[in-house]
Amino acid sequence: MASKSRSSASKAVSKDNSSLKTGAEIIVDTLIKLGVDTMFGYPGGVVLPLFDKLYDAPINFIIPRHEQGGCHMADAYARASGKVGVVLATSGPGACNLVTGLATANMDSIPLVAMTGQVRTELIGNDAFQEADTTGVTRPVTKYNCIVKDVKDLARLIKEAFHIASTGRPGPVLIDLPVDVQVNKASTDGPDKIELPGYRIRTKGHARQISMAAEAINNSRQPVLYVGGGVIIANASDELRALAQKANLPVTTTLLGLGSYDQSRPESLDMLGMHGTAYANFAVQECDLLIAVGARFDDRVTGKLDSFAPNAKIIHIDIDPSSISKNVHVDIPVVGDAKEILAEMIKEVKPQPRKKWFSKIAEWKKKFPLRYDKNSSQVKPQYVIDELWRQTKGRAIITTGVGQNQMWAAQFYHFSMPRQFISSGGLGTMGFGLPAAIGAQIAKPDMTVIDIDGDHSFNMTLTEIPTAVEHNLPIKVCILNNGYMGMVRQWQELFYGRRYSKSYLANPDYATVACALGAVGKTCDKKADVPKVIKAMLAEKRPCVVDFRIEREENVWPMVAAGKSLDEMDGLDILERLI
Amino acid sequence: MKHIISALVENKPGVLAQVAGMFAARAFNIDSLVVGRTEDPKLSRMTIVVIGDDRVVEQVRKQLAKVVPVVKVQDFVGEPVVARDLMLISIVAPPEKRPEILSLIEMFKGKVVDLGLKLVMVEVSGPEAKIEAFINACKPYGIKSVARTGTIAMPRTAKTEP
Ligand SMILES: Cc1cc2nc3c(=O)[nH]c(=O)nc-3n(C[C@H](O)[C@H](O)[C@H](O)COP(=O)(O)OP(=O)(O)OC[C@H]3O[C@@H](n4cnc5c(N)ncnc54)[C@H](O)[C@@H]3O)c2cc1C
Ligand SMILES: Cc1ncc(C[n+]2csc(CCOP(=O)(O)OP(=O)(O)O)c2C)c(N)n1
Ligand SMILES: [Mg+2]
Repeated sequence: MASKSRSSASKAVSKDNSSLKTGAEIIVDTLIKLGVDTMFGYPGGVVLPLFDKLYDAPINFIIPRHEQGGCHMADAYARASGKVGVVLATSGPGACNLVTGLATANMDSIPLVAMTGQVRTELIGNDAFQEADTTGVTRPVTKYNCIVKDVKDLARLIKEAFHIASTGRPGPVLIDLPVDVQVNKASTDGPDKIELPGYRIRTKGHARQISMAAEAINNSRQPVLYVGGGVIIANASDELRALAQKANLPVTTTLLGLGSYDQSRPESLDMLGMHGTAYANFAVQECDLLIAVGARFDDRVTGKLDSFAPNAKIIHIDIDPSSISKNVHVDIPVVGDAKEILAEMIKEVKPQPRKKWFSKIAEWKKKFPLRYDKNSSQVKPQYVIDELWRQTKGRAIITTGVGQNQMWAAQFYHFSMPRQFISSGGLGTMGFGLPAAIGAQIAKPDMTVIDIDGDHSFNMTLTEIPTAVEHNLPIKVCILNNGYMGMVRQWQELFYGRRYSKSYLANPDYATVACALGAVGKTCDKKADVPKVIKAMLAEKRPCVVDFRIEREENVWPMVAAGKSLDEMDGLDILERLI
Repeated sequence: MKHIISALVENKPGVLAQVAGMFAARAFNIDSLVVGRTEDPKLSRMTIVVIGDDRVVEQVRKQLAKVVPVVKVQDFVGEPVVARDLMLISIVAPPEKRPEILSLIEMFKGKVVDLGLKLVMVEVSGPEAKIEAFINACKPYGIKSVARTGTIAMPRTAKTEP
């Protein structure tokens, strides 16, 4: 093999050939050294040298049916495990199919390394077969990307990619690998220390800022902790709990923060925002101090910006300086890692009863709980989720599609553990649920993983069912089948005079589809059957798809319409009328 | 308000695209952007003139710093700086107008760098306002074409760079 080498590097390096490795070998060796034991990817012409090395590498390799699915799998693997997800695709079409997955991970700050094949370096720019300007296409949807032009840089660039993906505010990093770089030889394992002069992360919070924040908490009568995905990324749930309990602070989380705080605790206000609880939104609007931790003041959270938390001083703890004062002016910024900062803050906060504030909150909780019509004869989506929660004792990993199904999952499954809720928040990518369940199940083989999906979200990536079948993954897919793009239909009902324009599509019979694809398929169209169907589903060892034929025009309440303040929620009257 | 932002960047392929792409993606307005080498072969300097209120420019600064190969970002607003543009301008200059035009060039400390039958090419450098003023002064004669560099700048008090 060495004798056939056309490598230029082998000429340049004056070592004997035995210590030289091909680019493909360097990639695999570096990945293994970095602790990678699981990868997702799809082959193609220009990644064949690498695939050849993966043939007998000690890496669990999962081939999706579409690169987008593979990217979501790697993303959810990262969300569930806290490790870096790794995905591999060929040049051109393979690389382009990763784009949605990369953008999804980028918006939600998920650590991912994507590797793509590329045409030979000397062909780049010539419109070669299956050439796409992958770094150009993916630049806006990655934290960083680069192309490796010389095999001598390969090990270093892979190490840098993992470092950049997993530190600071995490995100996807893409490395483009021309086929000749995979074949050429070099002797280097890359440097032991990573040197990136332009990439410095501050994790330790400024002591004075921390003291100011703690003092503001001690002086506050009506504080609210507003917690986001950053707390999960930072593995800071223990510190968060300690702070909230010591200083006696009510806690609301964003969609991506769900699980960072045990929702069964009395100080939990559940989710805030567009489809958050009334008590969370009221508390934010009336608080005198808002303590944002690893949250980014997304417009689905703040509602109308001018009237967001109008009486509050704002503390913002975030590792990314550009997150601070981006949307909302912050009074006390603390830049750094949430875990380190919260641990410091705990020492300086004092216990406070805040009786009046908590009794006000208790009143809101009593008056405006999340509710649904339990007397309806139909299968209510909230009931399905309620029952899932009961039967799994609240301990399943939940992934979601996008739309109403996602909001109901967020509202009615009560989360108590970080990394338990896996959902595309920032990009809102339909089709995320099923591949995400696969990635999460691979990361957590002993946990029950349930994809609570929408019919149309499921339609987008159901091609991954055979992937789950192939790997014997006992994932469960609960399709909340309303026959509509329900969230679109809800907006059309509310804002477009019930003109349901193009939000309906004929669906297949999902149970039949599931069976044909090798999974277990079930249908549930009777309310009375819900508990036993769920019980049977949970007992399945094979991938199982259940088509719940839910009430077709059920809406998600409450709702803060676009441009409204957080406390101007629609649907509270509807919820109040239910008992 | 106009801000001159100076960014030291690693001299790596793709850096310009990363910075320019970030500006476009975040809808920041660039007035000018100049890239050139520095005393350190590993680093280039980008001088970027942006217009925006304080909040926007603060985001520009933070987002720039976030681009991985960007090593250091400075906003020169409120600091004493030397800021210069360079321009090549080709002016319609028939023989009878040449004395007038030459004295104009003299006034602006410009340099004639090329002379044709009908056109004179002039090199002018200086603060942006001076360049603008020269362009205005040339308008009555007719301007054939203009090439400008955009602003480069350096703070007046010697500051140590990394
Ligand atoms: C149909 C639909 C409806 C939605 N409705 C809602 C809704 O009602 N309510 C809601 O909340 N969301 C909703 N979302 C989600 C919303 O779009 C955003 O994705 C979400 O609110 C963002 O969550 P976050 O603020 O926690 O930010 P994330 O995107 O999780 O950002 C994390 C933040 O933490 C920081 N960070 C990262 N690591 C660390 C660390 N180690 N230490 C400190 N900080 C760190 C990051 O810099 C970033 O600022 C909805 C989405 C969809 C698709
Ligand atoms: C890839 C993609 N395309 C379009 C949208 C816009 N969109 C948001 S929700 C939604 C409807 C989702 O329908 P379904 O999956 O059936 O969920 P439901 O709301 O009915 O629960 C659409 C089309 C999106 N979020 N993602
Ligand atoms: Mg639907």
